[in-house]
Amino acid sequence: MEISPIIISLKTAAAAIVLTFMLGLFVARFVVNMKSEKAKMVLDGIMTLPLVLPPTVMGFLLLIVFGVNRPFGKFLLEVLGVRIVFSWTATVIAAVAISFPLMYRSARGAFEQVDKNLLMAGRTLGMSEGRIFWKITMPLALPGVVAGGVLSFARGLGEFGATAMIAGNIANKTRTLPLAIYSEVSAGNMDIAFYYVLVILVISFLVVFLMNYFSQKERKYLR
Amino acid sequence: MGLIVDIRKKLKSHNLDVSFETHGEYLAFLGASGSGKSMTLKCIAGIETPDEGRIVLNDKVLFDSKLKINLKPQERNIGYFFQNYALFPHMTVEENIGIGLVCSKKEKMKRVQNILKKFHLEGEGKKHPNQLSGGEQQRIALARCLIYKPDVLMLDEPFSALDMHLKEKLQNEVLEMLKDYSGEVLMVTHSRDEAYKFCKNLVILDQGKTVMTGNTKEIFKQPKLLITARLTGCKNISKCDVLSQNRLRAIDWGLDLEIEKEIPLNITHIGVRAHNLVSVANAAKKNTIACKIKKIYEDMFEYDVIATKDHEDEYSEIIYKVKKQDWDLRREEETLYLQIPEEEILFLN
Repeated sequence: MEISPIIISLKTAAAAIVLTFMLGLFVARFVVNMKSEKAKMVLDGIMTLPLVLPPTVMGFLLLIVFGVNRPFGKFLLEVLGVRIVFSWTATVIAAVAISFPLMYRSARGAFEQVDKNLLMAGRTLGMSEGRIFWKITMPLALPGVVAGGVLSFARGLGEFGATAMIAGNIANKTRTLPLAIYSEVSAGNMDIAFYYVLVILVISFLVVFLMNYFSQKERKYLR
Repeated sequence: MGLIVDIRKKLKSHNLDVSFETHGEYLAFLGASGSGKSMTLKCIAGIETPDEGRIVLNDKVLFDSKLKINLKPQERNIGYFFQNYALFPHMTVEENIGIGLVCSKKEKMKRVQNILKKFHLEGEGKKHPNQLSGGEQQRIALARCLIYKPDVLMLDEPFSALDMHLKEKLQNEVLEMLKDYSGEVLMVTHSRDEAYKFCKNLVILDQGKTVMTGNTKEIFKQPKLLITARLTGCKNISKCDVLSQNRLRAIDWGLDLEIEKEIPLNITHIGVRAHNLVSVANAAKKNTIACKIKKIYEDMFEYDVIATKDHEDEYSEIIYKVKKQDWDLRREEETLYLQIPEEEILFLN
């Protein structure tokens, strides 16, 4: 059994969750504060799409954006000298694209649960919008936000379809745990696949446990 | 100096159209639920934006639709006391009170401790709001408003979240604590007792419109409008026909009333407060209804006697509030003669 898929997977999931977490919070806050209900619905739909689309479709769309023959991919390659497709970065991009909706939706739900009167009170007390967000909204929404983060991490760790499309399945480079399991089974190495499955099971269980812990953790002041 | 409000806003159920002025006297908004009381306060605070109009506070324009001025809530210096207090549950009492203060840490501590002391909350500063009683939470909310020295203090149903027995005690406490506060005080309430007790002036709101403004005691004495009479707690109201300058017919009570002074011609209803009725020996006196007693409700110190005109069901009920000792003296008789004293009649339209 090679250890590299485990390392690559953890590295990818860790990098992805940082991006997803910040992006999810940012977009959730933006959508919650939107005035127009119609625009809100449309944007919410777009942001949730990756959750319902087959991951291969997301991978396809990412290929269109980052493919080296496409304008943006060409620009990255020729001007910045960066090649996204079939690189480790691509595994991160795929994981972010797929896990983003989970983070966004959890954060949005958590923000919307915060009593509007508290925000209004903050305003009449002279607090700036930024201060209200960090001092009131975030602490009160934290259990939901953390649960969303954990869930996104797990989803990023298990990402297969989009990763295969845009990052490929290159050993020691882009072969994450799910891809390694697929490859080993294809090659008839059930034993090795079994070990990888075990690793995924352990990590996933830990993640679900953490999520339950955070979402159920009762804060003494909230009761 | 003072607060001048003249705003209009389209709402889902009705349109808000409020205008009033206040200069240093406590002002109460009285109205049924959904009459736009809280919305008016929110517009003044800047949490909601009116469609058009003007709000001026101490010569500072807070909102003017024509001049396109709309200050943020943060810039208005208005204290808003929320119905459910809106204390931040994740902060301690001290943090709650000091959250918006802009000054050094040391100065902040000093000011917070001072106000805690003034509001009899010493030693509670490190607790979270949910560890305190309803009355204490109310004091924290009030302290949080007042530490910023707002130009206007707006109380949105300040006592509605409290138990009956706490209410009375806290009403007096709040009056005491507001003694040093010199800004404008606006209070939203649907309790006529609170309005009467707290506020010298009154704004009556009905379906989003200001239908009456004026001195509280005068409005209670002469409500003039049907809706005002209801909101100020007048229990007995009857449609009426003016028969002549000195005679009118109370249709719902089945009684013709003789009035010595001139009856205003435009009235549609008359009213009389339940405790202003007088029980008399017989129907010989003028303006007396012979009533059959339908029900008696016992209160702590008085009875609510529900009666209708003698043996006839087509007339509406009359409620007569009487002190227990007076009622107990009365001889057991089938018929109750209720006289309506002329000076207690409310002429309404």
